[in-house]
Amino acid sequence: MSGDRIAYLNARLIDPASGLDQAGGLLTEGDTIADLGPGLFADGPPEGAEVVDCGGRVLCPGLIDMRVFVGEPGAEHKETLASASRAAAAGGVTCIIVQPNTEPVIDEVALVEYLKRQARDKAVVRIHPMAAITKGLGGQQMAELGLLAEADAVAFTDADRAVADAGVMRRVLSYASAFDLLICQYPEEPSLGGGGVMNAGEVAMRLGLPGKPTQAETIMIERDLRLVEMTQGRYHAAALSTAQAIEAMRAGKSRGLPVTAAAAVHNFALNETAVGEYRTFTKTAPPLRDEADREAVVAGLADGAIDVICSCHEPQDAESKRLPFELAATGIIGLETMLPLALELYHNGRIDLLALLGKMTAAPAALLGLRGGKLNRGAPADLLIFDPDVPWRIDEGAFRSTSKNSPYDGRPVQGRAWRTVVAGRAVFDDEQRI
Amino acid sequence: MTDAPLIGFPHRHLLGIEGLSPSEITGILDLADQYVEQNRQVDKKRALLNGRTQINLFFETSTRTRTSFELAGKRLGADVINMTASASAIKKGETLIDTAATLNAMHPDALVVRHPNSGAVALLSQKMDCSVINAGDGSHEHPTQALLDALTIRRRLGRLAGLVVAICGDILHSRVARSNILLLTVMGARVRAIAPPTLLPSTVERMGVEVHHDMQKGLKDADIVMMLRLQNERMSGTYVPSTREYYRYYGLDNDKLSNAKAEALVMHPGPMNRGVEIDTELADDINRSVIREQVEMGVAVRMAVLDLLSRHRPNRPGGAGQ
Repeated sequence: MSGDRIAYLNARLIDPASGLDQAGGLLTEGDTIADLGPGLFADGPPEGAEVVDCGGRVLCPGLIDMRVFVGEPGAEHKETLASASRAAAAGGVTCIIVQPNTEPVIDEVALVEYLKRQARDKAVVRIHPMAAITKGLGGQQMAELGLLAEADAVAFTDADRAVADAGVMRRVLSYASAFDLLICQYPEEPSLGGGGVMNAGEVAMRLGLPGKPTQAETIMIERDLRLVEMTQGRYHAAALSTAQAIEAMRAGKSRGLPVTAAAAVHNFALNETAVGEYRTFTKTAPPLRDEADREAVVAGLADGAIDVICSCHEPQDAESKRLPFELAATGIIGLETMLPLALELYHNGRIDLLALLGKMTAAPAALLGLRGGKLNRGAPADLLIFDPDVPWRIDEGAFRSTSKNSPYDGRPVQGRAWRTVVAGRAVFDDEQRI
Repeated sequence: MTDAPLIGFPHRHLLGIEGLSPSEITGILDLADQYVEQNRQVDKKRALLNGRTQINLFFETSTRTRTSFELAGKRLGADVINMTASASAIKKGETLIDTAATLNAMHPDALVVRHPNSGAVALLSQKMDCSVINAGDGSHEHPTQALLDALTIRRRLGRLAGLVVAICGDILHSRVARSNILLLTVMGARVRAIAPPTLLPSTVERMGVEVHHDMQKGLKDADIVMMLRLQNERMSGTYVPSTREYYRYYGLDNDKLSNAKAEALVMHPGPMNRGVEIDTELADDINRSVIREQVEMGVAVRMAVLDLLSRHRPNRPGGAGQ
C-alpha cells in the first residue's frame, strides 16, 4: 500500500485526545495514520509519497457531528445521505451520526443495515445511524436495543422528542445498562414545551407566539438524572439550551453519574432576538433562548458541563419554511457552518482551541465508541486541515446541502476547512473545489 | 376628504401598533374624528377612493370587523371585494404565499387580512405591492381595534394621557390586548392587566403594565374598564375551571365596577359572552357601556387608515411597489 502514502508537511498538529498541539507532520498510508510527530519529516518526506504542504494550518482529527437529520429515507427532497455527506466534507466533518426520525423510523435491524449500505455506496464521509429508543418513536415500546447495537447503531434516541414516560425511560436506561448502550434524550417535557414554537419570554409575548418555557428542559433533565441514579444507564442529553438544565447536568456529573451533554451550535451562536419579525429560519430545536441562557451554554462548554458540540443539522425545503411561524417547519442546516461558528468561541477567548476541537472530535468518539476522533498511529486517516483565522462570509449560495435553511447567511466568520480527508482520501479541498 | 390634514404617515402597511409614533397615532385619530362627522350625515359617500380596489381576505370568520372594513371602503368610494378562505386551506397553510401572489396579480390597492396565525399578515405583506392592513393575526395584533378604542376614549374623556385603563380577561391569547397595551402605553395612559395567571403572559409586566389577579383591586379608580372575550374552549378546565367560576372572579358586574371611578366607561371589542365576561344589563347600560359607540368609531378609524394608506398609490408609476 506504499503507493497510497500521503505526507502532510508543515502542519500545526492538534490532537485533543492526547493533548498534542505542536508543529509537525503526519503520514497516512492507505486509510490509516501511519505516523505523526514534530520531527517526522526532518529528513524530508518519504520517497514516493504524495506531499501536501499544510502551510502552517491546523491538522486535527476530522469532526464528528453527533446530531444530524437527513431526509433519507422518506424526504430526499430535503437532503440525501449523499448531499449531507458533501456538506459535511465541506464543513470539515468526516463522520455524521444520523437521527432515526426518518420515514420509516429507524427502529429495526433491517433499516440500520439499509442505511449503512446506502451510506457506504453514496456518501463521501462516514455515516453512523442512531436507532430509535422506542418503536416508531412512540415513547412506549422499547426497540430491539441489543440487536440494533449489534447491527452498528451507535446510540439510541427518539430524535426530536423525549421519552416522556418516566416508567418507560427507567426501564430503557436499566435495560441499556446491561449492554453499555448510550441513550440520547432530547430533553423537553412535552406537556410543558410541546405547545410552544419558540422560547417563552418577552419576544414570544410581543410576537403573540406560544412559548416553550426553559423549565420544560430543566424538568426533563432533573427527572432523567434521578432515573440514571436509579439505573446507572449511560445517558446523554442531545442538546442543552438552558442555564438551569446545564447547572443540573453539572451537579449530576459531580455526583458521579454516567451522564454527558451536547449543545447545538445555534444555542451559543444566536439568541431569541434573532427571531426578529417571525424569521422562520430561526425556528429551531432546542429553541433559541435568551442571552443569559446563551451565555450559560458558552460557560457550560468552557467548564466541561457540556461535552459535545453538535450542528443539529436539520434541512427543510423553502416551502416548509415560507409559512407563518407557528406552521413553519423546525430546524436549520449546520454541517457547513459548525466549524466557523464554534471557532467564534475560540476567537472570543472563551475556550482554547484544543478543548474546543475536543468537543467535536475526541469527546463524541469516546461516547459513541468510534475509532476516529484522534491522531495516533493506526487510527483511521480521517483528518481536517483548516486555517482558524481566515475571514470570510457565510454564503447560502455556496452551501452544498440540498436545503438552504440557514439563519447565518452573510454572517462574517473566521476559520474554514482547507482540506477534509476520510480514510486517507481527500473529500474536500477548498482550493480545488472537490 | 379633500381638506384632510396630510399628516406624516410614512408606513406603507398597517401591520400593528408597534412602530407607530404618538404623533402618527394622534394623526390617525384626528382624521378619524372627521370621518365620524361625515358618517353621521345623510350622504356618507365620498369619491376619495374611486377606482381603487380593496380586498378583504379573511382566514377566520368575522362579521363585525369585515363589515366595518367593507363599509369603510365603500364610503370612501372603493370597490370592495370580500374573500373568505376555507378552513382546510388554512390548515395546510402553504397556500398563503400563493394566495398573495394571485391577489397581487389582480392589482388591488388595499388588502385587509385576518389570519389565525401570528405574523401571517406580515408574511403576506412581503409579497404584496399594495398596502396591507392587519385585521387581526393570531395572538399578535389587531391595530384598528386599538385605534377605535382610543378614539372612543378620546372622544368621551378628551384625552388618553394619564388615564387609568384596566384591561381584563384573556390577555394571553388576545391580539386586542396586545395592540391596546402598545397604543395606550405609548400615548401615556396607565394600563393595568387583570386576569388569572393562567390567562396572562408570564412576562406581561415587561410591556409596561401593572398586573392584578384581584379584579376588585385592579379596577380601583380606573377611568376605563376594557373587557376581553374569552373563547369557550378555554373555559372548561384548561385555563379556568368553569364559566361559572370565571364569571364569579373575573366577570364584570356592578359590584366589581363600583371600585372604578363613578363615571368609568366599560368597553368590549365584541362579540360579547353575556354572563361570562360581562353582566348583561351592564353591557346594555348606555351610561356606562360604550360598546356600540366602539362599533361606530370602528368604521371611522378604518376610513382614516384606508385614506392615509391610499396616499401611497401602489398602481401608479412612482407609487409603492413600482
